[in-house]
Amino acid sequence: MFRKSNALPGFKRTLGFTLFYLGLLVILPAGGMIFRVVQLGWGGFWHNATSARALASYELSFGASFFAAAVNAVFGTILAWVLVRYHFPFKRLVDALVDVPFALPTAVAGLTLANMFSPNGWLGQFLEPWGIKAAYSRLGVVIALTFVSLPFMVRTIQPVLEQMERETEEAAATLGAGRLRTFFTVVLPTLMPTVMTGFALSFARALGEYGSVIFISSNMEYKTEITPLVIITYLEQYEYAAAMSIAVVMLFISLAMLAAINLLERWAGRFQS
Amino acid sequence: MAGIVNHKRRGATVKSQRGSDEPAWVRWLLITLGLAFVGIFLVLPLVNVFVQAFQMGLGFYVKSLLEADTVHAIKLTLLITCITVPLNTIFGMAAAWCIAKFDFKGKAFLITLIDLPFAVSPVVAGLMFVVWFGRQGIFGGWLEEHDIKIIFAVPGMVLATTFITFPFVARELIPVMQATGTEQEQAALTLGASGWQTFWHVTLPSSKWGVIYGVILCNARAMGEFGAVSVVSGSIAGSTETIPLRVDKLFHSASMAAGVSAFAVASLLAVLALITLVIKSYLEWRTERDHALAQEATGEVGN
Amino acid sequence: MSIVVRNIGKQFGDVVAAKDVNFEIREGELVALLGPSGGGKTTVLRMIAGLEMPSEGDIIIRGQRVNDVPVQKRNIGFVFQNYALFKTMSVAKNIAFGLKIKKWSKADIESRVAELLELLELRGLEKRYPHQLSGGQRQRVAIARALAPKPSVLLLDEPFGAVDAKIRQELREWLTRLHHDLNVTTLFVTHDQEEAMEVSNRIVIIAKGRLEQIGTPREVYEQPKNEFVARFIGVMNVVEAEVKNGMGRVGEMEFPLVNVPDGPARLGFRPYAVQISSDLTQFRYRAVLRRTFFLGIMLRVEVELASGLIIRARMTKEEYATLGLRDELEVSMQIRQYRLLATDGTSLAPEVPVSYQLPPHIAEGI
Repeated sequence: MFRKSNALPGFKRTLGFTLFYLGLLVILPAGGMIFRVVQLGWGGFWHNATSARALASYELSFGASFFAAAVNAVFGTILAWVLVRYHFPFKRLVDALVDVPFALPTAVAGLTLANMFSPNGWLGQFLEPWGIKAAYSRLGVVIALTFVSLPFMVRTIQPVLEQMERETEEAAATLGAGRLRTFFTVVLPTLMPTVMTGFALSFARALGEYGSVIFISSNMEYKTEITPLVIITYLEQYEYAAAMSIAVVMLFISLAMLAAINLLERWAGRFQS
Repeated sequence: MAGIVNHKRRGATVKSQRGSDEPAWVRWLLITLGLAFVGIFLVLPLVNVFVQAFQMGLGFYVKSLLEADTVHAIKLTLLITCITVPLNTIFGMAAAWCIAKFDFKGKAFLITLIDLPFAVSPVVAGLMFVVWFGRQGIFGGWLEEHDIKIIFAVPGMVLATTFITFPFVARELIPVMQATGTEQEQAALTLGASGWQTFWHVTLPSSKWGVIYGVILCNARAMGEFGAVSVVSGSIAGSTETIPLRVDKLFHSASMAAGVSAFAVASLLAVLALITLVIKSYLEWRTERDHALAQEATGEVGN
Repeated sequence: MSIVVRNIGKQFGDVVAAKDVNFEIREGELVALLGPSGGGKTTVLRMIAGLEMPSEGDIIIRGQRVNDVPVQKRNIGFVFQNYALFKTMSVAKNIAFGLKIKKWSKADIESRVAELLELLELRGLEKRYPHQLSGGQRQRVAIARALAPKPSVLLLDEPFGAVDAKIRQELREWLTRLHHDLNVTTLFVTHDQEEAMEVSNRIVIIAKGRLEQIGTPREVYEQPKNEFVARFIGVMNVVEAEVKNGMGRVGEMEFPLVNVPDGPARLGFRPYAVQISSDLTQFRYRAVLRRTFFLGIMLRVEVELASGLIIRARMTKEEYATLGLRDELEVSMQIRQYRLLATDGTSLAPEVPVSYQLPPHIAEGI
């Protein structure tokens, strides 16, 4: 390991600037909002944060985010596996395309997904005869969230798969383990913490998502209204207390997710020297 | 949340017909599944944007883009980006310098703080600024007295966008600066270089691809940000409407033509996304190649 | 004096990296800072450079106390273990960097760079980038870069650590020659005692953050101050003896020890002090030659005494051949000289030549 030297200059200046910037942009704004909610008192906060409308939105936001992360856990892992382990034409292009949801503004994603999954859209027309309503339903919310959070899954797993030593799998093979058995006893246990990290990242991303969802969802109270939309709606109706209370709940959930992700990453890295 | 933007520092992918590979049919099944997912979920939506945008012909497409409100939205988006990206680049460099080159207490916490915008809903982010600067906000009265408008005005939109995009450069640069270590900087110091000289001549050249990468991502997000901006902007056409807000406005208006216009305007952002992806892939290809070259070079030393 | 290190100490949190280190280096000397890995020698070097601040003590370079002088102003040349070449600059730019910082004129920079390229045999490589160079070339670029601004002292951290054995040998000879030509005061860190012995005028031995001994290679080898130095510099046989009435006994071997109280004692002797003969009557003890190690011109053999004690000895190939030695041969042996090791390992008694032994005739090798 290299020695961190205190001989390098500029530490105080850069750290000072960093803290100043973060203070102005993060600590103060977040602090102000929490301060306002504290002013409301516990009763007021609880009343606002657990209103029927808010509760319904939590259920949808958490449920849809969980589904989206789960779909990504499966397909994202397959995609990462295929991209790392196999050769096929246009692999580089496919690899680059994984970042589309990351680069494409959410409003555009929502717009085009809503169009595609509407009853006469490219994909919606095939679902319509089966009685499946994709756009403007809860399924639509899941679709949008799956789209926006996919890269987080793939990009988390990819580097870990790349660094995984093929030798351990080969060792298992020389010891007589079949491919499937090797996968479940050697590969999956090593990969699992990373998949969970990816799941948590996808979930966190999906939970906060707003832009893409409002296009594809019908945004109906109690039915297809995600939590960020509830906040905005209250804000537009000048019901600041309600908006802030729910926002503080979201803020703390975000912080908890960040902490969980940090722990997961540490846990996933525990076998690395 | 390091995994979000910094990924793919990949080594050479080693693959061959190994004895431990899966049977061919499994490989092809997995490849097909993966590609189908990418095709339906990632490629089709992108293609759809352009198909819908040109649905009423090129003439209408151009007309949609030249509408006064749309032109204003484009200008405003560029203005906000031009303020936000440089600010966040400076922040990213400063933060990466102190985090990557020094050890101090509370570093892990600081990194988590920098990750916060990745985890916080843009809507919540926007609301935080409304709480301070909105009409009923903490500073609301004072601002109104002095006739300063932040919320429902450009300053608020800049603030919200800055919040959402500040982690990108820092997050890209930290691992790059950590990987290069501090020895080159120390060498510069022993040769008499000052802190600034060291940074300009040694640190920046060796991490410039990281900076560019971060700036590209920051830029894409700044131009495309929707949630946070929509909270603070008020979406006043011709005044506080950015491109994504314009798309939203057009989409939600009843007319069929407006719907097509929405796609036309959205196609601008889709092009931006494609350009971002191309530059991003190029940078990744470059770092990969440099890495391979460096490894080759060290391999030769042993002879 | 070029460099004076006075009562220097350094702590990293609770870890003491150096304590009470004192030494002086004269103008133009080539000195090795030798010690086991993690013993604090690199920390001492970095404190002299100004890359690390001492917790206590003074560092004086050419008569000026430099504790408060930042690294940029100390006028030292530093060669890093992994060279720390600027990856984004060519060889010529790397070498010119310090000169540009010091605002040399363009013409002066050009001629100085050309001079160093010549001196370090790097001509033709000036446009290459660090990743296009071999390990030995990188090393020389690093030295050229450090020397360019004409530093008052040259400091090198494990200069030969990162190259393979063959190039290491070349570089050693090459550093000696360079030092001879330029006569710049040079201090280098190494954990390799052979390297220190071969290259330097004097050796500063540091272990566990403390100074163990300073001296010429010959001094530290022949008059080690303590058991640590004795064992670190070269090979030493160490045996546990039981002393009674001025005679130490280890198995069948006897060691006269004057003025040593009765009780346990530790004795040490160099492999070259062990004499072996195939003539069973020549020396006092009987032993069996168990193994022979070929180390180039010298050989190391292990002999086993009847009591099971294993002793390492050293001789030239010629001696081995003349004596007709081979593995499993019965031999006679004797220990020409030995020393009493203090039990706490801190100080040493002088060596005691064995009285009834013929005067030594074997040239002393390392």
